[in-house]
Amino acid sequence: MTMDATRYANGSITYPGHPRGPGGAEPVETVDLSEYTAEVVTWTTSMATPPGVREPNTLAIVEFDVDGEPVRAIGQATTDEIETGDEVRPVYVEELREPGAGIREPESQAWDGYRFEPV
Amino acid sequence: MTRVAIIGASMTQFGQREGWIQELLAEAGLACLADANVDAADVEHLYVSNMASGEFEGQTGVMNGLAHDLDAMPAYTQRIDQTSSSGGAGIYAAWQSIASGASEMTMLVGGEKMTHRTTGEATDVIASLTHPAEYKTGVTLPSFAGLTARHYLERFDAPRESLGKVAVKNHKNGVDNPKAQFQKEVDLETVLESPIVADPLRLYDFCPITDGSAALMFCPESIAQEYTDEYAIVAGVDGATDTQVVHEREDPTIMGGVVESGSGAYEMSGYGPDDIDVAELHDMFTILEFLQMEGLGFAEQGEAWKLVEEGYTERDTGELPVNTSGGLKSKGHPLGASGVAQAVEIYEQLVGEAGPRQVEADVGLCCNVGGFGNCVITTIMESGQMEAGQ
Repeated sequence: MTMDATRYANGSITYPGHPRGPGGAEPVETVDLSEYTAEVVTWTTSMATPPGVREPNTLAIVEFDVDGEPVRAIGQATTDEIETGDEVRPVYVEELREPGAGIREPESQAWDGYRFEPV
Repeated sequence: MTRVAIIGASMTQFGQREGWIQELLAEAGLACLADANVDAADVEHLYVSNMASGEFEGQTGVMNGLAHDLDAMPAYTQRIDQTSSSGGAGIYAAWQSIASGASEMTMLVGGEKMTHRTTGEATDVIASLTHPAEYKTGVTLPSFAGLTARHYLERFDAPRESLGKVAVKNHKNGVDNPKAQFQKEVDLETVLESPIVADPLRLYDFCPITDGSAALMFCPESIAQEYTDEYAIVAGVDGATDTQVVHEREDPTIMGGVVESGSGAYEMSGYGPDDIDVAELHDMFTILEFLQMEGLGFAEQGEAWKLVEEGYTERDTGELPVNTSGGLKSKGHPLGASGVAQAVEIYEQLVGEAGPRQVEADVGLCCNVGGFGNCVITTIMESGQMEAGQ
């Protein structure tokens, strides 16, 4: 499995990718963020979660450094023992929340992904 | 360009209501027609601001339903959805309809029916605005607030208590608003010891889930005095977007939609931050009041919390009263109604109908935020007795 970010013609990278990147740049390739570690920018533990979501749900915004290019991502954390500045790595999970329990059409998107685990 | 006047306003009781969406919209619509002394047959455009009546209630076509219930046919009608900023987007659309000459009488009614859903279900309906990569993590709008609040407090060395003081202030203001969902003061200790919802934010940092509706009547200034001596003018209005994916923003503490829409509204009106006498800001979460104060130029980045600590935003003693209505925090947040209700408060302040909440004001601003700053509308209004940009 891969955690695909998108690199654009101007060198910028986003996760997730878009048909056009910052400055209108066209996508040129994917970058697998699961091969990198990241630093926690901020985090929260949500105590009131929607249907099909674990409770509590600790979430973090993290920043990867891909060869000097910063890339941010949001994801669940594997633990609530996490702090701003911690180094984390992506860990694959087959199902981040229960498809069909919430309002989103189950077939409309993927439900697997990565949690962030302190290194 | 035609100067656009607001000649009437209404707001239903906010809170847990027995009526469903069509009844709530009709209640505010009828009250607005009466307040503006306008016959339904004279309404040429009828706009309904509503985020999710289909998702919440299984009722679509609410704009046509309202036209029929008010006997306003054959008025042109449309429903306006811009998530939580649907109300502000409705103001922009109503202003456009009059300023362009397409309509000489436009009524805007915003409303939402939410409380029949559980907190989890309502939260999920709102979170459905997120990108699939966000949604699958279980992130909610309150979670974004927790993430941003932690970053703000750590980066700017702001005390946690300063966020609590926003809640205390807005609850205090809500005591004097008989239509607010909560008309009860809370002290700082209660706020800081309330249950954690999205760490570091607690229950009293968040607005409630609310049913309610609000309405405004717009017409050219040239005919406003046929209906009333006291009216307000839409001096400036602008809308802007930011990224759908919240973490892709360069600076988590800057809401680009607030900055851009505020800049546009200031430019159109000829006013600047120092000219604003009263403001309604979208305090769906306490941290949002800081971010909007900074994005709209009332404070430098990272320093809004100091103004709150100094009492700068207090209703009766502050230099810039913020959320005299009680804000979303105390008044409630029926999604599609909130932006309209913000403007109802500013209208009442400008025409001297705010009762015990009244402050001295010739120019007021409201900022209506959709998503977590994804879409934003800023509106600046002035008293009808003022010349443009005075």
